[in-house]
Amino acid sequence: MTDKSKDLLKKGAGGTAVGFINGLLGAGGGMVVVPLLKKLGLPQLNAHATAVAVIFPLSILSTVVYLLSGRFELAQAAPYLLPGAVGALGGALLLSQIPQKWLRKVFAVFMIWAGVRMFLR
Amino acid sequence: MNLTYILSLLAAAGAGALGAMGMGGGGILVIYLTLALSVPQPEAQGINLLFFLPCAGISLIINSIKKLVNWKMVLPLVLGGLPSVLLGCFAAGRINTLWLGRIFAGLLIIMGLRELFSKSKEPAPAQGEDEEEAKPSILHMLWQAFQRWRHGESQTLEDY
Repeated sequence: MTDKSKDLLKKGAGGTAVGFINGLLGAGGGMVVVPLLKKLGLPQLNAHATAVAVIFPLSILSTVVYLLSGRFELAQAAPYLLPGAVGALGGALLLSQIPQKWLRKVFAVFMIWAGVRMFLR
Repeated sequence: MNLTYILSLLAAAGAGALGAMGMGGGGILVIYLTLALSVPQPEAQGINLLFFLPCAGISLIINSIKKLVNWKMVLPLVLGGLPSVLLGCFAAGRINTLWLGRIFAGLLIIMGLRELFSKSKEPAPAQGEDEEEAKPSILHMLWQAFQRWRHGESQTLEDY
């Protein structure tokens, strides 16, 4: 098998995995696609930017399926959109002022704690 | 204004902020909706998906302008992903809500452990039009624009 067809196979398999996770859990696709893109030779910043381009159309399809199957309504998400955008701007402003390393570790511990709580419900 | 409303605003803002810092803020909103408000898992996931779209859309436009997106890699990944999105959505509809929550919990634990034990590395220079200042997010650009405006420098989109 040539390197080109191996790469194509990896991309197809990676796409399948990220699509399945996106549809199943409505999040978490980046966990698969960013490492894959880095493995395929993209620098970290390009991998993150390209991952958004991959996940965006998949999320649109997932959102449409979730909406059409009545799992949630548009009005339920509306209250979160504006504060989310404000928070995103705030995050960017604080980005250079907060020690990222420790914030990441604290957030990681929070995710583990929340995961355990969700699992044991 | 009641406490739940204030907490909802904070959770959404927190999710947006952590997302902007590249820490997977999507999980926060699902965690808040399911653990604090007892929203059923599929409903929380749907809200999270819609929450993600505007931020991702804007980010994608700016990243494209900055030529940070490798479109050759996007197409096969998206083509591979679209059918499995349908499969994932179908599976989410078939799996018991409790177990769907547990699978999500498993994902959170894996992501948390990976972040906790990962070694921070300096990012490699990006491949793009403006390699020295290349950043993947619109928010970095807005912050740079704000800093320049504060220091009295004019800035236009063409400068990017």
